Amino acid sequence: MPHQLYIATRKGIWIATSTDREQWSLWGPAFLGTQCHHVMLDPRDRKTLLAASRQWHLGPTVFRSLDGGATWKEAATPPQFPKGDVRERAVDHVFWLTPGHASEPGVWYAGTSPKGLFKSVDHGVTWAPISGFNDHPEQHKWVGSDKDQTPDGGKLHSIIVDAKDPKRLYLSMSGGGTFTSPDGGESWKPLNSGVAMDFAPPKPDGSEYEYGHDPHCMVQSPVAPDRFWQQNHCGFYRMDRPSEKWVRVGKNMPAEIGDIGFGVVPHPREADTAWVFPMDGGGDWPRTPIGGKPAVYMTRDAGASWQRQDEGFPKEQAWWTVKRQAMCADRGTPAGLYFGTTNGELWGTVDEGASYRCLFRHLPHIFSVTYGEPA
Amino acid sequence: MKVVIPSQLRGYTGGAKEVEAAGATLAEALADLDRQFPGFRFRVIDEQDRVRQHILIFVGGERCEDVRDKIPEGAEVFIAGALSGG
Repeated sequence: MPHQLYIATRKGIWIATSTDREQWSLWGPAFLGTQCHHVMLDPRDRKTLLAASRQWHLGPTVFRSLDGGATWKEAATPPQFPKGDVRERAVDHVFWLTPGHASEPGVWYAGTSPKGLFKSVDHGVTWAPISGFNDHPEQHKWVGSDKDQTPDGGKLHSIIVDAKDPKRLYLSMSGGGTFTSPDGGESWKPLNSGVAMDFAPPKPDGSEYEYGHDPHCMVQSPVAPDRFWQQNHCGFYRMDRPSEKWVRVGKNMPAEIGDIGFGVVPHPREADTAWVFPMDGGGDWPRTPIGGKPAVYMTRDAGASWQRQDEGFPKEQAWWTVKRQAMCADRGTPAGLYFGTTNGELWGTVDEGASYRCLFRHLPHIFSVTYGEPA
Repeated sequence: MKVVIPSQLRGYTGGAKEVEAAGATLAEALADLDRQFPGFRFRVIDEQDRVRQHILIFVGGERCEDVRDKIPEGAEVFIAGALSGG
């Protein structure tokens, strides 16, 4: 069974393939010159590839391939807000793609900029807005103003379909916070208790902000679905459902490293194990490795302690940025971890982080790296 | 009418640099183009009927920002991609 890494970049898509995780070949580009924020293989049929694409001049869309990326067909109805939307919203780019529950083949979810939630029930051919979220009477408050967005527009990301319940959805927004729905997206409530918001003053009554936080990435453990991890603009957190309180386990990171970053990857089989890539969130927020010395940090005890992993990385003067969608794990034993950098390098480990090596370099700015095992 | 197609949109027109379209307004011409080349319109016009930020449309040599604008008899529609930088 081949291992594949789907690499979405600022200027197209590449696919890395290996049968042994040692020798990798690189295929591509597809969509050369086009911004592609997310590419993902459907883990249910292991055949359908969806790609979120926004050509620089043209509008946003989603492409679908059934032949491993050799040919692509555009969605007949890409994600878009209703014509006549009272807030005059128009999708600028599709940022995030999530396959639906294992029991719902053909269902996909998409998150966009500006922040919107969309659903397909036909393998990504047609998309419809989820009105329960997009048109919620409080939604305009949740998504914030122009000052609450990432530089190229706010992002709705980290859409999670609960492995235990296809109706239970989670999502995060930068900025805006994390929200959950018990009914497939008809109703929503914030899920941000315990999360810091250092960019806002404490409330006079000491209470927490309900929303307005800046989660960078949220994931559900594939082996323990009650466990969630969140890398936030203000720290790294864990939540064990049914609790609704995030615990800042990033406080256990070395103080000189801190707990700021974009991505988080759960281990494929160990509920207490996860990886993060800390970046500098001090001063002018360079979002680069602390001191120019890249390192992944791994916990094997649910965040109580962290181990530095930097074997194979440059020891100095390496000012990478790893974006929120650009880290992923495979399902191998031992597990492999892969990440892409904004300077176009793809790095990987097949021994859970004991040593890393650069698989490919000279690619464009990498937005996302996802893993799949095509049939 | 003749419609001049920029390189970014020729994937929809089978590589054609110029195509023919019918319609008394820009909206009608774009609807006809979308019938001929499915998906074409949404890459140029957003869901609120606005010309996308980095697309320019000229009708008879005049910049056109409103899909309701009429297309004079014999006028050419010229679509351009307009974005600088890397």
